[in-house]
Amino acid sequence: MTDIVMRAEDVHKRFGRLEVLKGVSLDVAKGETICIIGPSGSGKTTFIRCINHLEKVDSGRITVNGQLIGYRLRSDGSLVEDSEKSIARQRTQIGMVFQRFNLFPHKTALENIMEAPVHVLGQSKEHAAEEGVRLLTRVGLADKTGTYPGKLSGGQQQRVAIARSLAMRPALILFDEPTSALDPEVTGEVLSVMEELAHEGMTMIVVTHEMGFAREAADRVVMMDDGVIIEEGTPEHFFLAPEQERTKQFLSKIL
Amino acid sequence: MLAAVDWHVVWVRIAHPNHVFFLALTRTVYVAVIAQVMGVVLGVTAALMRMSKAWPLRFLSGLYVWIFRGTPLLVQIFFIYYGANQLLGFTLIPNTLNVGLFSLDGAVVGGILALGINEGAYMREIVRAGIDSIDKGQMEAAKSLGMRYGLAMRRIILPQAARVIVPPLGNEFNNMIKNTSLLFAIGVYEIFADAEIGYSNSFQPVEYFLGVAFWYLVLTTVWTFIQAAIERRLAASERGEELSFRERFEAVWNRGPNIRFGRLPR
Repeated sequence: MTDIVMRAEDVHKRFGRLEVLKGVSLDVAKGETICIIGPSGSGKTTFIRCINHLEKVDSGRITVNGQLIGYRLRSDGSLVEDSEKSIARQRTQIGMVFQRFNLFPHKTALENIMEAPVHVLGQSKEHAAEEGVRLLTRVGLADKTGTYPGKLSGGQQQRVAIARSLAMRPALILFDEPTSALDPEVTGEVLSVMEELAHEGMTMIVVTHEMGFAREAADRVVMMDDGVIIEEGTPEHFFLAPEQERTKQFLSKIL
Repeated sequence: MLAAVDWHVVWVRIAHPNHVFFLALTRTVYVAVIAQVMGVVLGVTAALMRMSKAWPLRFLSGLYVWIFRGTPLLVQIFFIYYGANQLLGFTLIPNTLNVGLFSLDGAVVGGILALGINEGAYMREIVRAGIDSIDKGQMEAAKSLGMRYGLAMRRIILPQAARVIVPPLGNEFNNMIKNTSLLFAIGVYEIFADAEIGYSNSFQPVEYFLGVAFWYLVLTTVWTFIQAAIERRLAASERGEELSFRERFEAVWNRGPNIRFGRLPR
């Protein structure tokens, strides 16, 4: 048996009258890298935002390391939203990298990385700083410790953001279109950091259109359309023999 | 016409103020500072209440702003100083308040309360605009790192909002300095009272009111420079660099002392 890190079962989500997720189920094993592709509006971003409870699911359930996310089971079997405190605790093991980086602009690169380990996990500043410098070195930004995000390029900011989520030693990292806001010439530096992570055995769920990354690093690719998963398989499967007409159409546009 | 003005009196009021005047000047300054601090605390509290999930808190916050922005400050000063004790049924405003070595007159306490409460209503809108100006992604990033709402507010959102809040806050304090003159009406001896009493003893309005206007101008000008220094520090921490003295001076000079929502050019 492989260890399941993230399990989604029949997840539904609506915004007002618009049903965005219409029953999504997905298992992600430890060490796996999953790429989620699909046209805009297909619900892929909403789905990963449900995994760390930035969006509330309407029905279905999501577990990470066996723990129900965002809800707790009452004795009568019904679900109620969990306390803010325990949702926050669950999020410490789920990293998230955003399309627009969302670094804290009033803090230096190193301070961005140290913020949560010190103030959420209660690590000492010395320890967090040491770890932060190590992580910045790992993403190739050892010389930027004291630099504010405003002085960094998009690619550099995104690498700091990756280091920031790694500092929490998460069981899983979610990437929400991490290269879509970047100039084409700097997407490579971010993708290579992500590829390295994937090869080192980090569990990752990546919403992306970078099929090159999918080929290099993904164990499985998941195609979403109109709020459901319509096809799933190895990257080779998607390159060589996609089954669904919708998938073929979509791939012909982005490849 | 100008000959009718006793310029010597004006000169004395400006250049050789007496001991009583300095006491009044000190009172003007500490009343303004304490009331402004109170306004900021109330403003932040009311802004957070307004964003709360609990409707009674949102309602109270709205009621507060509605009343205190919708009625004249002078009415509020009279109401609070003369009416608060009777309304509440206990002594909120004592005849004298002893704070360590100092003792404050009841009118000063009532005046500070009224100015502070009034200021809080204006500050709520400023604080709210500051918080609203911060990208939603900041709160999401903080939350996905496991921060709770309070911690994220304190460490991530409010420090960034402060940079947006400080310029209009500076203008609020500029108004506050001038609004302290209204406390003359409930018998607080500040610099306007000092001038008014000088005038009624001498019937020299131009001399005494020109003199006091000069001192208000001194106070607001000093504040303009302090504010510029604060804004420079906040801006520098974000951009990782500092403005030169010349740039700072030009920023202050170009803006003048009393333009609402003026900001340092970036």
